[in-house]
Amino acid sequence: MVLSAPDNAKILVRGATKIYETKTGPVHALESFSLDITEGEFVTILGPSGCGKTTLLWAMSGLHALSRGEILLDGTRVNGPRPHEIGMMFQDANLLPWRNLQKNIELPFAIKNRPVDGKRISRLVDQVGLSGFETAYPRELSGGMQQRASIVRALAQDPEVLLMDEPFGALDAFTRDEMNLLLLSLWAETSKTVVFVTHNISEAIFLADRVVVMTPRPGRLARIFEIELPRPRTVEMMFEPDFIELIREMKSTVESAVRHTVEVE
Amino acid sequence: MTQSEVPRELRDEIPSFEEAPVHRDHGPIDWTGLTSIRTAKSAAEFGAIVAVAVVVFFGTEGLLRVTNTPEYVFPKPTSVVKALFVHEFWLFYGHHLWVTLQEFLLGFAIGSTIGLVLAAVITQKPFVEKIVAPYIIILVVTPMLALVPFLRIGLIKSFSIWPIVVAVALASGPMVLINAATGFRRTDLAKIALARSYGASTFQIFRLIRFPLALPMIIVGYMVGSIFGLLTAIGGEMVSASDQGGLGHQLVFFSSLIRMANVGAVIFIIAVLGVSIYVGFYLIGKRWASWEA
Repeated sequence: MVLSAPDNAKILVRGATKIYETKTGPVHALESFSLDITEGEFVTILGPSGCGKTTLLWAMSGLHALSRGEILLDGTRVNGPRPHEIGMMFQDANLLPWRNLQKNIELPFAIKNRPVDGKRISRLVDQVGLSGFETAYPRELSGGMQQRASIVRALAQDPEVLLMDEPFGALDAFTRDEMNLLLLSLWAETSKTVVFVTHNISEAIFLADRVVVMTPRPGRLARIFEIELPRPRTVEMMFEPDFIELIREMKSTVESAVRHTVEVE
Repeated sequence: MTQSEVPRELRDEIPSFEEAPVHRDHGPIDWTGLTSIRTAKSAAEFGAIVAVAVVVFFGTEGLLRVTNTPEYVFPKPTSVVKALFVHEFWLFYGHHLWVTLQEFLLGFAIGSTIGLVLAAVITQKPFVEKIVAPYIIILVVTPMLALVPFLRIGLIKSFSIWPIVVAVALASGPMVLINAATGFRRTDLAKIALARSYGASTFQIFRLIRFPLALPMIIVGYMVGSIFGLLTAIGGEMVSASDQGGLGHQLVFFSSLIRMANVGAVIFIIAVLGVSIYVGFYLIGKRWASWEA
Protein backbone atom coordinates (compact mmCIF):
# COMPACT_ATOMS: atom_id res chain seq x y z
CA MET A 1 0.00 0.00 0.00
CA VAL A 2 1.33 3.41 -0.91
CA LEU A 3 1.09 5.85 1.93
CA SER A 4 -0.06 9.26 0.92
CA ALA A 5 -0.31 11.63 3.78
CA PRO A 6 0.17 15.31 4.33
CA ASP A 7 3.59 16.31 5.65
CA ASN A 8 2.22 17.52 8.94
CA ALA A 9 0.44 14.22 9.71
CA LYS A 10 1.10 13.12 13.29
CA ILE A 11 -0.92 9.92 13.49
CA LEU A 12 -1.99 7.79 10.55
CA VAL A 13 -4.49 4.98 11.00
CA ARG A 14 -4.55 2.65 8.02
CA GLY A 15 -7.23 -0.04 7.65
CA ALA A 16 -7.32 -0.76 11.37
CA THR A 17 -9.19 -3.99 12.05
CA LYS A 18 -9.46 -5.77 15.38
CA ILE A 19 -11.09 -9.09 16.13
CA TYR A 20 -10.99 -10.30 19.74
CA GLU A 21 -10.90 -14.05 20.27
CA THR A 22 -13.18 -14.70 23.23
CA LYS A 23 -14.55 -17.89 24.79
CA THR A 24 -17.93 -17.23 23.18
CA GLY A 25 -16.42 -16.68 19.74
CA PRO A 26 -14.71 -13.88 17.87
CA VAL A 27 -15.82 -10.30 18.54
CA HIS A 28 -15.36 -7.99 15.61
CA ALA A 29 -14.61 -4.65 17.26
CA LEU A 30 -13.07 -2.56 14.50
CA GLU A 31 -13.24 -2.86 10.70
CA SER A 32 -11.03 -1.13 8.12
CA PHE A 33 -10.83 2.12 10.02
CA SER A 34 -8.59 4.80 8.50
CA LEU A 35 -7.90 8.32 9.70
CA ASP A 36 -5.22 11.00 9.38
CA ILE A 37 -4.60 13.23 12.35
CA THR A 38 -2.51 16.37 11.87
CA GLU A 39 -0.05 17.75 14.35
CA GLY A 40 -1.62 19.94 17.03
CA GLU A 41 -5.14 18.89 16.10
CA PHE A 42 -7.90 18.14 18.58
CA VAL A 43 -9.90 15.19 17.29
CA THR A 44 -12.82 13.63 19.12
CA ILE A 45 -14.05 10.17 18.30
CA LEU A 46 -17.77 9.76 18.85
CA GLY A 47 -19.85 6.62 18.77
CA PRO A 48 -22.31 4.51 20.73
CA SER A 49 -21.10 2.20 23.48
CA GLY A 50 -19.23 -0.86 22.25
CA CYS A 51 -18.34 0.55 18.83
CA GLY A 52 -14.63 -0.02 19.21
CA LYS A 53 -13.62 3.50 20.28
CA THR A 54 -11.54 2.26 23.18
CA THR A 55 -10.10 -0.51 20.99
CA LEU A 56 -8.95 2.10 18.49
CA LEU A 57 -7.40 4.29 21.17
CA TRP A 58 -5.64 1.38 22.87
CA ALA A 59 -4.24 0.35 19.50
CA MET A 60 -3.00 3.92 18.92
CA SER A 61 -1.24 3.84 22.29
CA GLY A 62 0.35 0.48 21.52
CA LEU A 63 -1.43 -1.25 24.41
CA HIS A 64 -2.67 -3.97 22.12
CA ALA A 65 -2.05 -5.09 18.57
CA LEU A 66 -4.38 -4.83 15.59
CA SER A 67 -5.56 -7.91 13.71
CA ARG A 68 -5.02 -6.11 10.41
CA GLY A 69 -3.89 -2.67 9.34
CA GLU A 70 -1.42 -0.38 11.01
CA ILE A 71 -1.00 2.81 12.96
CA LEU A 72 1.87 5.21 12.35
CA LEU A 73 3.07 7.81 14.79
CA ASP A 74 5.53 10.32 13.31
CA GLY A 75 5.98 7.95 10.39
CA THR A 76 6.98 4.91 12.44
CA ARG A 77 4.73 1.98 13.14
CA VAL A 78 3.25 1.68 16.64
CA ASN A 79 4.20 -1.78 17.92
CA GLY A 80 4.09 -1.17 21.64
CA PRO A 81 3.79 1.59 24.21
CA ARG A 82 5.54 4.83 23.21
CA PRO A 83 5.78 6.48 26.63
CA HIS A 84 7.99 9.34 25.52
CA GLU A 85 5.56 10.53 22.88
CA ILE A 86 2.15 9.50 24.19
CA GLY A 87 0.33 10.44 27.38
CA MET A 88 -2.74 8.37 28.10
CA MET A 89 -5.86 9.17 30.11
CA PHE A 90 -8.33 6.47 31.06
CA GLN A 91 -12.00 6.14 31.92
CA ASP A 92 -12.34 7.39 35.49
CA ALA A 93 -9.22 8.95 36.90
CA ASN A 94 -7.43 5.61 37.32
CA LEU A 95 -5.28 6.87 40.17
CA LEU A 96 -3.53 4.32 42.37
CA PRO A 97 -5.38 4.43 45.71
CA TRP A 98 -2.28 3.50 47.72
CA ARG A 99 -0.28 6.48 46.47
CA ASN A 100 -0.92 10.07 47.42
CA LEU A 101 -1.55 12.67 44.75
CA GLN A 102 2.08 13.70 44.32
CA LYS A 103 3.23 10.06 44.17
CA ASN A 104 0.52 9.32 41.61
CA ILE A 105 1.67 12.16 39.40
CA GLU A 106 5.26 10.99 39.73
CA LEU A 107 4.38 7.43 38.64
CA PRO A 108 5.55 7.90 35.02
CA PHE A 109 8.94 9.12 36.28
CA ALA A 110 9.20 6.15 38.63
CA ILE A 111 8.53 3.75 35.77
CA LYS A 112 11.07 5.36 33.47
CA ASN A 113 13.67 5.82 36.23
CA ARG A 114 13.92 9.49 35.40
CA PRO A 115 14.46 12.33 37.83
CA VAL A 116 11.15 13.92 38.76
CA ASP A 117 10.52 17.25 37.05
CA GLY A 118 9.32 18.91 40.23
CA LYS A 119 9.08 22.39 38.77
CA ARG A 120 6.87 21.35 35.88
CA ILE A 121 4.66 19.23 38.13
CA SER A 122 4.11 21.95 40.72
CA ARG A 123 3.27 24.44 37.96
CA LEU A 124 0.73 22.03 36.45
CA VAL A 125 -0.72 21.19 39.87
CA ASP A 126 -1.13 24.89 40.46
CA GLN A 127 -2.71 25.41 37.05
CA VAL A 128 -5.41 22.78 37.62
CA GLY A 129 -6.06 24.13 41.12
CA LEU A 130 -4.77 21.23 43.16
CA SER A 131 -2.13 23.11 45.16
CA GLY A 132 -2.22 22.05 48.78
CA PHE A 133 -3.64 18.62 48.00
CA GLU A 134 -0.32 16.96 47.10
CA THR A 135 -0.31 14.68 50.13
CA ALA A 136 -4.01 13.77 49.92
CA TYR A 137 -5.01 10.26 48.91
CA PRO A 138 -7.38 9.73 45.97
CA ARG A 139 -10.28 8.58 48.20
CA GLU A 140 -10.13 11.95 49.96
CA LEU A 141 -10.72 13.83 46.69
CA SER A 142 -13.84 14.39 44.59
CA GLY A 143 -14.17 12.82 41.15
CA GLY A 144 -13.31 16.12 39.45
CA MET A 145 -10.20 16.61 41.56
CA GLN A 146 -9.08 13.04 40.85
CA GLN A 147 -9.51 13.71 37.13
CA ARG A 148 -7.44 16.91 37.42
CA ALA A 149 -4.65 14.90 39.02
CA SER A 150 -4.97 12.41 36.19
CA ILE A 151 -4.53 15.22 33.63
CA VAL A 152 -1.41 16.42 35.42
CA ARG A 153 -0.04 12.86 35.43
CA ALA A 154 -0.64 12.56 31.68
CA LEU A 155 1.01 15.92 30.99
CA ALA A 156 3.85 15.60 33.54
CA GLN A 157 6.33 14.30 31.00
CA ASP A 158 5.26 16.70 28.27
CA PRO A 159 4.14 14.13 25.68
CA GLU A 160 3.38 15.31 22.14
CA VAL A 161 0.23 13.25 21.86
CA LEU A 162 -2.56 12.94 24.40
CA LEU A 163 -4.92 9.97 24.05
CA MET A 164 -8.02 10.30 26.20
CA ASP A 165 -10.49 7.47 26.70
CA GLU A 166 -13.80 8.93 27.94
CA PRO A 167 -11.95 10.62 30.78
CA PHE A 168 -14.91 12.65 32.00
CA GLY A 169 -17.60 10.02 31.48
CA ALA A 170 -18.12 9.44 35.18
CA LEU A 171 -18.40 13.12 36.12
CA ASP A 172 -21.59 15.12 36.55
CA ALA A 173 -22.54 17.60 33.79
CA PHE A 174 -21.29 20.69 35.64
CA THR A 175 -17.92 19.20 36.54
CA ARG A 176 -17.63 17.87 33.01
CA ASP A 177 -18.03 21.36 31.50
CA GLU A 178 -15.45 22.67 33.93
CA MET A 179 -13.00 19.90 33.02
CA ASN A 180 -13.55 20.47 29.30
CA LEU A 181 -12.72 24.17 29.68
CA LEU A 182 -9.62 23.30 31.70
CA LEU A 183 -8.53 20.81 29.06
CA LEU A 184 -9.00 23.37 26.27
CA SER A 185 -7.01 26.01 28.11
CA LEU A 186 -4.14 23.55 28.70
CA TRP A 187 -4.30 22.51 25.05
CA ALA A 188 -4.28 26.12 23.82
CA GLU A 189 -1.00 26.77 25.67
CA THR A 190 0.79 23.77 24.25
CA SER A 191 0.65 22.37 20.76
CA LYS A 192 -0.30 18.85 21.61
CA THR A 193 -2.17 16.51 19.34
CA VAL A 194 -5.23 15.25 21.20
CA VAL A 195 -7.42 12.25 20.41
CA PHE A 196 -10.42 12.26 22.70
CA VAL A 197 -12.93 9.41 22.80
CA THR A 198 -16.46 10.10 24.05
CA HIS A 199 -20.08 9.03 23.65
CA ASN A 200 -21.34 12.49 24.58
CA ILE A 201 -22.26 14.46 21.44
CA SER A 202 -22.08 17.99 22.85
CA GLU A 203 -18.75 17.24 24.55
CA ALA A 204 -17.41 15.92 21.24
CA ILE A 205 -18.41 19.10 19.38
CA PHE A 206 -17.40 21.48 22.14
CA LEU A 207 -13.81 20.26 22.27
CA ALA A 208 -12.96 19.34 18.72
CA ASP A 209 -11.49 20.62 15.50
CA ARG A 210 -12.94 17.51 13.92
CA VAL A 211 -15.48 15.00 15.20
CA VAL A 212 -15.08 11.48 13.86
CA VAL A 213 -18.35 9.54 14.10
CA MET A 214 -18.10 5.75 14.26
CA THR A 215 -20.69 3.09 13.46
CA PRO A 216 -21.75 0.41 15.97
CA ARG A 217 -19.75 -2.81 16.10
CA PRO A 218 -17.79 -3.52 14.04
CA GLY A 219 -16.59 0.07 14.31
CA ARG A 220 -16.24 1.76 10.95
CA LEU A 221 -15.86 5.39 10.02
CA ALA A 222 -19.36 6.85 9.54
CA ARG A 223 -18.62 10.50 8.91
CA ILE A 224 -16.19 13.27 9.82
CA PHE A 225 -17.52 16.68 10.88
CA GLU A 226 -15.32 19.77 10.70
CA ILE A 227 -16.18 22.03 13.62
CA GLU A 228 -15.93 25.70 12.65
CA LEU A 229 -16.76 27.18 16.04
CA PRO A 230 -14.31 29.95 17.00
CA ARG A 231 -11.83 29.49 19.83
CA PRO A 232 -11.58 30.03 22.73
CA ARG A 233 -14.86 28.23 23.22
CA THR A 234 -17.36 29.07 25.91
CA VAL A 235 -20.11 27.06 27.54
CA GLU A 236 -22.65 29.53 26.11
CA MET A 237 -21.82 28.34 22.58
CA MET A 238 -23.54 25.08 23.43
CA PHE A 239 -26.90 26.86 23.41
CA GLU A 240 -26.54 28.55 20.05
CA PRO A 241 -28.70 27.32 17.14
CA ASP A 242 -25.67 26.25 15.06
CA PHE A 243 -24.40 24.07 17.88
CA ILE A 244 -27.79 22.50 18.45
CA GLU A 245 -28.22 21.89 14.72
CA LEU A 246 -24.84 20.14 14.73
CA ILE A 247 -25.94 17.93 17.62
CA ARG A 248 -29.10 17.02 15.69
CA GLU A 249 -27.12 16.15 12.58
CA MET A 250 -24.60 14.03 14.46
CA LYS A 251 -27.33 12.24 16.35
CA SER A 252 -29.04 11.29 13.10
CA THR A 253 -25.69 10.15 11.65
CA VAL A 254 -25.17 7.81 14.61
CA GLU A 255 -28.78 6.61 14.48
CA SER A 256 -28.77 5.92 10.75
CA ALA A 257 -25.52 4.02 11.25
CA VAL A 258 -27.28 1.95 13.91
CA ARG A 259 -30.27 1.32 11.58
CA HIS A 260 -27.96 0.41 8.74
CA THR A 261 -26.11 -2.11 10.88
CA VAL A 262 -29.37 -3.67 12.04
CA GLU A 263 -30.57 -4.00 8.42
CA VAL A 264 -27.30 -5.61 7.33
CA GLU A 265 -27.57 -8.11 10.16
CA MET B 1 -43.97 4.57 56.18
CA THR B 2 -43.33 5.58 59.77
CA GLN B 3 -39.93 6.26 61.21
CA SER B 4 -39.94 2.96 63.09
CA GLU B 5 -40.31 1.02 59.86
CA VAL B 6 -37.14 2.55 58.45
CA PRO B 7 -34.20 0.21 58.98
CA ARG B 8 -31.95 1.51 61.73
CA GLU B 9 -28.99 1.89 59.36
CA LEU B 10 -30.90 4.30 57.13
CA ARG B 11 -32.36 6.57 59.75
CA ASP B 12 -31.07 10.14 59.81
CA GLU B 13 -28.34 9.32 57.36
CA ILE B 14 -27.51 11.49 54.38
CA PRO B 15 -27.89 9.16 51.41
CA SER B 16 -24.40 8.56 50.10
CA PHE B 17 -23.08 5.74 48.01
CA GLU B 18 -19.60 7.13 47.53
CA GLU B 19 -18.22 5.07 50.36
CA ALA B 20 -20.07 1.94 49.27
CA PRO B 21 -17.55 -0.88 49.44
CA VAL B 22 -16.55 -2.20 46.06
CA HIS B 23 -16.80 -5.91 45.49
CA ARG B 24 -13.62 -7.64 46.50
CA ASP B 25 -12.61 -11.22 46.10
CA HIS B 26 -11.81 -12.62 49.53
CA GLY B 27 -11.40 -16.22 48.47
CA PRO B 28 -13.24 -19.12 50.13
CA ILE B 29 -13.03 -17.68 53.64
CA ASP B 30 -13.33 -14.01 54.40
CA TRP B 31 -10.63 -13.31 56.96
CA THR B 32 -10.69 -9.58 56.38
CA GLY B 33 -12.81 -9.18 59.51
CA LEU B 34 -9.53 -9.61 61.36
CA THR B 35 -8.22 -6.34 60.04
CA SER B 36 -11.46 -4.40 59.81
CA ILE B 37 -12.78 -4.87 63.35
CA ARG B 38 -14.00 -1.64 64.94
CA THR B 39 -11.67 -0.41 67.62
CA ALA B 40 -12.11 2.03 70.48
CA LYS B 41 -11.19 5.63 69.76
CA SER B 42 -12.38 7.82 72.62
CA ALA B 43 -11.30 7.84 76.26
CA ALA B 44 -14.82 6.79 77.26
CA GLU B 45 -14.58 3.71 75.05
CA PHE B 46 -11.19 2.76 76.49
CA GLY B 47 -12.61 3.35 79.97
CA ALA B 48 -15.48 0.96 79.21
CA ILE B 49 -13.00 -1.70 78.03
CA VAL B 50 -11.02 -1.43 81.26
CA ALA B 51 -14.25 -1.49 83.26
CA VAL B 52 -15.23 -4.80 81.63
CA ALA B 53 -11.84 -6.29 82.60
CA VAL B 54 -12.23 -5.09 86.19
CA VAL B 55 -15.76 -6.48 86.44
CA VAL B 56 -14.70 -9.86 85.03
CA PHE B 57 -11.63 -10.02 87.32
CA PHE B 58 -13.35 -9.18 90.58
CA GLY B 59 -16.62 -10.89 89.61
CA THR B 60 -14.78 -14.16 89.10
CA GLU B 61 -12.81 -13.64 92.30
CA GLY B 62 -15.98 -12.98 94.30
CA LEU B 63 -17.88 -15.88 92.75
CA LEU B 64 -15.03 -18.34 93.52
CA ARG B 65 -14.78 -17.09 97.12
CA VAL B 66 -18.55 -17.20 97.74
CA THR B 67 -18.84 -20.74 96.33
CA ASN B 68 -15.65 -21.80 98.10
CA THR B 69 -14.30 -23.37 94.90
CA PRO B 70 -10.98 -25.16 95.53
CA GLU B 71 -7.90 -23.91 93.65
CA TYR B 72 -7.46 -27.19 91.72
CA VAL B 73 -10.92 -26.78 90.18
CA PHE B 74 -10.56 -23.11 89.20
CA PRO B 75 -7.78 -20.79 90.39
CA LYS B 76 -8.78 -17.40 91.76
CA PRO B 77 -7.64 -14.45 89.61
CA THR B 78 -5.62 -13.13 92.55
CA SER B 79 -3.82 -16.49 92.84
CA VAL B 80 -2.94 -16.30 89.15
CA VAL B 81 -1.49 -12.82 89.65
CA LYS B 82 0.46 -14.09 92.66
CA ALA B 83 1.71 -17.05 90.61
CA LEU B 84 2.87 -14.62 87.93
CA PHE B 85 4.93 -12.39 90.23
CA VAL B 86 7.34 -14.92 91.67
CA HIS B 87 11.11 -14.96 92.17
CA GLU B 88 11.37 -17.90 89.78
CA PHE B 89 9.76 -15.92 86.92
CA TRP B 90 12.57 -16.65 84.45
CA LEU B 91 12.71 -20.32 85.44
CA PHE B 92 8.91 -20.79 85.40
CA TYR B 93 7.90 -18.59 82.45
CA GLY B 94 10.53 -16.26 80.98
CA HIS B 95 12.86 -18.91 79.61
CA HIS B 96 9.91 -20.84 78.16
CA LEU B 97 8.44 -17.73 76.60
CA TRP B 98 11.78 -17.20 74.87
CA VAL B 99 11.83 -20.81 73.57
CA THR B 100 8.27 -20.53 72.23
CA LEU B 101 9.05 -17.16 70.68
CA GLN B 102 12.09 -18.58 68.86
CA GLU B 103 10.08 -21.51 67.50
CA PHE B 104 7.31 -19.22 66.41
CA LEU B 105 9.46 -16.51 64.83
CA LEU B 106 11.75 -18.92 62.97
CA GLY B 107 8.88 -21.10 61.73
CA PHE B 108 6.72 -18.14 60.78
CA ALA B 109 9.53 -16.35 58.94
CA ILE B 110 10.30 -19.47 56.90
CA GLY B 111 6.66 -20.47 56.29
CA SER B 112 5.34 -17.03 55.45
CA THR B 113 8.19 -16.25 53.06
CA ILE B 114 7.72 -19.50 51.16
CA GLY B 115 3.94 -19.00 51.18
CA LEU B 116 4.20 -15.46 49.84
CA VAL B 117 6.64 -16.34 47.05
CA LEU B 118 4.61 -19.40 46.04
CA ALA B 119 1.42 -17.32 45.96
CA ALA B 120 3.03 -14.79 43.62
CA VAL B 121 4.30 -17.57 41.36
CA ILE B 122 1.29 -19.89 41.14
CA THR B 123 -1.24 -17.12 40.52
CA GLN B 124 0.59 -16.28 37.30
CA LYS B 125 -0.36 -19.68 35.88
CA PRO B 126 -3.99 -20.73 36.43
CA PHE B 127 -3.11 -24.31 35.44
CA VAL B 128 -0.45 -24.60 38.15
CA GLU B 129 -2.82 -23.04 40.66
CA LYS B 130 -5.51 -25.63 39.93
CA ILE B 131 -3.06 -28.53 40.34
CA VAL B 132 -1.60 -27.17 43.58
CA ALA B 133 -4.94 -26.10 45.14
CA PRO B 134 -6.04 -29.44 46.70
CA TYR B 135 -2.65 -29.92 48.34
CA ILE B 136 -2.78 -26.45 49.81
CA ILE B 137 -6.23 -27.18 51.21
CA ILE B 138 -4.89 -30.39 52.79
CA LEU B 139 -2.06 -28.42 54.41
CA VAL B 140 -4.49 -25.74 55.62
CA VAL B 141 -6.93 -28.13 57.29
CA THR B 142 -4.41 -30.58 58.79
CA PRO B 143 -3.40 -29.66 62.36
CA MET B 144 0.36 -29.53 61.94
CA LEU B 145 1.01 -29.89 65.66
CA ALA B 146 0.10 -33.56 65.13
CA LEU B 147 3.25 -33.85 63.03
CA VAL B 148 5.62 -32.85 65.82
CA PRO B 149 6.14 -36.31 67.46
CA PHE B 150 6.67 -37.84 64.04
CA LEU B 151 9.19 -35.17 63.07
CA ARG B 152 11.01 -35.54 66.39
CA ILE B 153 11.49 -39.29 66.39
CA GLY B 154 11.26 -39.86 62.66
CA LEU B 155 12.30 -37.34 60.08
CA ILE B 156 14.46 -34.85 62.00
CA LYS B 157 15.50 -37.12 64.91
CA SER B 158 16.23 -34.28 67.28
CA PHE B 159 15.10 -32.97 70.64
CA SER B 160 15.89 -29.44 69.53
CA ILE B 161 13.32 -26.77 68.66
CA TRP B 162 13.50 -27.60 64.93
CA PRO B 163 10.65 -30.12 64.67
CA ILE B 164 8.34 -27.47 66.11
CA VAL B 165 9.83 -24.79 63.84
CA VAL B 166 8.99 -26.99 60.85
CA ALA B 167 5.45 -27.57 62.12
CA VAL B 168 4.95 -23.82 62.62
CA ALA B 169 6.19 -23.18 59.07
CA LEU B 170 3.83 -25.84 57.70
CA ALA B 171 0.90 -24.34 59.59
CA SER B 172 1.49 -20.67 58.81
CA GLY B 173 2.85 -20.97 55.25
CA PRO B 174 -0.35 -22.28 53.61
CA MET B 175 -2.42 -19.67 55.43
CA VAL B 176 -0.23 -16.90 54.02
CA LEU B 177 -0.34 -18.62 50.65
CA ILE B 178 -4.14 -18.85 50.23
CA ASN B 179 -4.72 -15.28 51.35
CA ALA B 180 -1.85 -13.79 49.36
CA ALA B 181 -2.99 -15.77 46.31
CA THR B 182 -6.42 -14.18 46.66
CA GLY B 183 -4.68 -10.82 46.65
CA PHE B 184 -2.48 -11.57 43.65
CA ARG B 185 -5.48 -12.86 41.71
CA ARG B 186 -6.99 -9.38 41.77
CA THR B 187 -6.37 -7.82 38.43
CA ASP B 188 -7.19 -4.26 37.68
CA LEU B 189 -6.88 -4.09 33.92
CA ALA B 190 -7.04 -0.29 33.80
CA LYS B 191 -4.17 0.11 36.28
CA ILE B 192 -2.03 -2.45 34.50
CA ALA B 193 -2.77 -0.70 31.18
CA LEU B 194 -1.79 2.60 32.81
CA ALA B 195 1.59 1.25 33.86
CA ARG B 196 2.07 -0.39 30.46
CA SER B 197 1.32 2.87 28.67
CA TYR B 198 4.29 4.37 30.51
CA GLY B 199 6.44 1.49 29.31
CA ALA B 200 6.50 -0.52 32.55
CA SER B 201 8.18 -3.93 32.43
CA THR B 202 6.50 -7.07 33.77
CA PHE B 203 8.50 -6.74 36.98
CA GLN B 204 7.61 -3.05 37.34
CA ILE B 205 3.94 -3.90 36.87
CA PHE B 206 4.32 -6.46 39.65
CA ARG B 207 6.14 -4.05 41.95
CA LEU B 208 4.03 -0.96 41.27
CA ILE B 209 0.57 -2.43 40.64
CA ARG B 210 0.04 -6.10 41.46
CA PHE B 211 1.90 -6.18 44.76
CA PRO B 212 0.33 -3.04 46.29
CA LEU B 213 -3.08 -4.24 45.09
CA ALA B 214 -2.48 -7.57 46.86
CA LEU B 215 -0.94 -6.06 50.00
CA PRO B 216 -4.12 -5.78 52.10
CA MET B 217 -4.84 -9.48 51.53
CA ILE B 218 -1.18 -10.38 52.16
CA ILE B 219 -1.37 -8.66 55.54
CA VAL B 220 -4.56 -10.58 56.35
CA GLY B 221 -2.68 -13.75 55.40
CA TYR B 222 0.19 -12.88 57.72
CA MET B 223 -2.27 -12.24 60.52
CA VAL B 224 -4.11 -15.54 60.09
CA GLY B 225 -0.82 -17.37 59.53
CA SER B 226 0.69 -15.95 62.72
CA ILE B 227 -2.32 -17.03 64.77
CA PHE B 228 -2.12 -20.57 63.34
CA GLY B 229 1.65 -20.57 63.82
CA LEU B 230 1.46 -19.62 67.51
CA LEU B 231 -1.26 -22.23 68.02
CA THR B 232 0.96 -24.85 66.45
CA ALA B 233 4.02 -23.85 68.50
CA ILE B 234 2.10 -24.11 71.79
CA GLY B 235 0.24 -27.27 70.75
CA GLY B 236 3.43 -28.86 69.45
CA GLU B 237 5.11 -28.22 72.79
CA MET B 238 2.18 -29.76 74.63
CA VAL B 239 2.45 -32.88 72.50
CA SER B 240 6.21 -33.14 72.33
CA ALA B 241 8.35 -30.31 73.63
CA SER B 242 12.03 -29.82 72.91
CA ASP B 243 14.56 -30.36 75.71
CA GLN B 244 14.36 -26.59 76.14
CA GLY B 245 10.69 -26.70 77.18
CA GLY B 246 8.40 -23.88 76.05
CA LEU B 247 5.10 -22.39 77.22
CA GLY B 248 3.11 -25.40 75.96
CA HIS B 249 5.43 -27.68 77.92
CA GLN B 250 4.87 -25.58 81.05
CA LEU B 251 1.09 -25.90 80.63
CA VAL B 252 1.37 -29.69 80.70
CA PHE B 253 3.99 -29.61 83.47
CA PHE B 254 1.97 -27.40 85.86
CA SER B 255 -1.26 -29.26 85.04
CA SER B 256 0.35 -32.55 86.01
CA LEU B 257 1.28 -31.04 89.38
CA ILE B 258 -2.25 -29.60 89.73
CA ARG B 259 -0.73 -26.12 90.18
CA MET B 260 -3.65 -24.42 88.49
CA ALA B 261 -2.60 -20.88 89.43
CA ASN B 262 0.64 -21.44 87.46
CA VAL B 263 -1.38 -22.88 84.58
CA GLY B 264 -3.49 -19.70 84.62
CA ALA B 265 -0.30 -17.59 84.59
CA VAL B 266 1.05 -19.45 81.54
CA ILE B 267 -2.29 -19.05 79.72
CA PHE B 268 -2.19 -15.34 80.53
CA ILE B 269 1.32 -15.02 79.05
CA ILE B 270 0.24 -16.91 75.91
CA ALA B 271 -2.75 -14.58 75.56
CA VAL B 272 -0.52 -11.49 75.90
CA LEU B 273 1.83 -12.94 73.27
CA GLY B 274 -1.09 -13.62 70.89
CA VAL B 275 -2.59 -10.17 71.35
CA SER B 276 0.83 -8.54 70.79
CA ILE B 277 1.23 -10.36 67.48
CA TYR B 278 -2.29 -9.37 66.46
CA VAL B 279 -1.78 -5.71 67.37
CA GLY B 280 1.54 -5.72 65.51
CA PHE B 281 -0.08 -6.82 62.29
CA TYR B 282 -3.08 -4.57 62.89
CA LEU B 283 -0.74 -1.57 63.04
CA ILE B 284 1.14 -2.75 59.93
CA GLY B 285 -2.21 -3.04 58.14
CA LYS B 286 -3.20 0.46 59.25
CA ARG B 287 0.07 1.86 57.96
CA TRP B 288 0.35 0.00 54.65
CA ALA B 289 -3.15 -1.00 53.65
CA SER B 290 -5.38 1.71 55.07
CA TRP B 291 -6.29 2.90 51.56
CA GLU B 292 -8.68 -0.02 51.30
CA ALA B 293 -10.25 0.12 54.76
